[in-house]
Amino acid sequence: MSQHREADVLSTGEVRQETMVVNMGPQHPSTHGVLRLLLELDGETVVTCKPIIGYLHTGIEKNTEYRTWQQGVAFVTRADYLAPFFNETAYCLAVEKLLGVEAPPRAQVLRVLFMEMNRIASHLVWLATAGMELGAVSVMLYGFRERETILDIFEAATGLRMNHAYVRIGGVLMDLPPDGLDAIGDFTAMMPGRIREYENLLSRNPIWVERNAGVGVLPAEDALGLGVTGPVLRSAGVDKDVRRDEPYCGYETYEFDVPVREAADCYARFELRLEEMRQSLRIIEQSLERLAEPGPVMIEDPKVAWPARLEVGPDGIGNAPSYITHIMEESMEALIHHFKMVTEGVSVPAGEVYVPVESPRGELGLYVVSDGGHRPYRVKIRDPSFVNLQSVPAMVEGGLVADAVAVISSLDPVMGGVDR
Amino acid sequence: MRVTELAERVGARYPHIVVARDEATLTLDRDELLGALGALRDDPELRLGFLSSVTATDRPGRDPRFWVAYELYSLEHRHRLRLKVGLAEDDASLPSVTGLFPTADWLERETYDFYGIVFDGHPDLRRILLPDEWEGWPLRKTEELGGVNTRFHGGAFIPPVDRRST
Repeated sequence: MSQHREADVLSTGEVRQETMVVNMGPQHPSTHGVLRLLLELDGETVVTCKPIIGYLHTGIEKNTEYRTWQQGVAFVTRADYLAPFFNETAYCLAVEKLLGVEAPPRAQVLRVLFMEMNRIASHLVWLATAGMELGAVSVMLYGFRERETILDIFEAATGLRMNHAYVRIGGVLMDLPPDGLDAIGDFTAMMPGRIREYENLLSRNPIWVERNAGVGVLPAEDALGLGVTGPVLRSAGVDKDVRRDEPYCGYETYEFDVPVREAADCYARFELRLEEMRQSLRIIEQSLERLAEPGPVMIEDPKVAWPARLEVGPDGIGNAPSYITHIMEESMEALIHHFKMVTEGVSVPAGEVYVPVESPRGELGLYVVSDGGHRPYRVKIRDPSFVNLQSVPAMVEGGLVADAVAVISSLDPVMGGVDR
Repeated sequence: MRVTELAERVGARYPHIVVARDEATLTLDRDELLGALGALRDDPELRLGFLSSVTATDRPGRDPRFWVAYELYSLEHRHRLRLKVGLAEDDASLPSVTGLFPTADWLERETYDFYGIVFDGHPDLRRILLPDEWEGWPLRKTEELGGVNTRFHGGAFIPPVDRRST
């Protein structure tokens, strides 16, 4: 074949126009996990692009049907692993809506606090990986450095750096550790300067601007049709944020702005995410003020509340010795209740709900169906990464293959959420 | 628009609407689906122009066995509506809504992948999360959790989980 081609070129003097099919991924440093892009290239130009997903499918939705309602938290938190608090909160809000109960105010504040900390952590990973992919390696080091501070706070408060299972049906696992507020306060004091630093490093960096401005343009109409949400939609001038539009966990009582840009390109998304981190810091500061007042973090109702009194001991999180003494030595009823709740779990009335929350990547919706039993009948995670990823061909086709890298990083997909 | 007003307005044209837990659910025949989606989107009082989610539930032994659920949202009015279409076990197909909502592409593929529900007129109805050669429809209640040969550890067999969901 190749000889024929050479002969053609030699005899006619023309260059044959042929496209080449290239697999980018599933193992590629710039695909944020195991995403595979099937690219048809004409030289450096992308003719068609097909995202292929599913390499990280773990059957989270199916698994939840075999566990108690409370155990579901530990499964959904693993979907979008960079936004565990959002998965947990959306799931718990859905189950609470089915139950017709609400978590106590302090638990709601703690949920908001940790979700916004989580939003900053997630945006920092985006900043770090986007910087690395476009050649700004020092930004990668800075991003992960600051994220580490947040993960340390998460670890101190929940016992785990990721996949916390901290938000529980009817409240949260446990209150902040005694010195928790100080660490968060230090963090909010440090962070504005650091965000300014990222901005100084990148916003006037000619390479960063060249690689991002005017790249991956997705106009509002296309974005809405494709179901895109989050910073990518807001970069196209559409002012949609579930926190403000359909408030949950008391977001209507916090002061914050929803930043919007009009350029609809990768650079606008960069600006937006930095601004969103600043807004998250505002919300965190307000929630810290509210946490000065003590209060319960788990609902009173013994038919819903997880039967435990947890505290951080020298060997990690566990039940308080006083609680163990209570159920093992003092009260037979308490032991029976504990056993029932742990093995059988809460009973949720039949029905179906769809609860959206604003994750760092857009609208995260939990469609939860109960048939009145002790286990979920159906849990569907409408993950924003999954839906947003459909817009890759619209942004990549017709552009340069190098721009595909900028586009994917500006979309910030997390494959754990895409494949579930 | 509050959910009760929304239900009244939609209910004037499509009577099978119920409100539960502040959420409105409209039940439709599959023949009505495309027309209703278009009408709900273009009604200036409703403007349900954003499709959030498509998925299904399976209730074996009942008729209809499958319920496909669409979550609609209005950016202008900030209200939501759920549309549900029931499908019989031996005729699990309905029209694709990709013509109205391009976002339904992957959502319908996922529903097909999980439940084997066929969306007529879908441009590229293939499995999306599971391997192409996978047999069966894993999210159906009649399918076990586990009970398959893995691709790892020399094709080791994972026994099915015996704790059946209720």
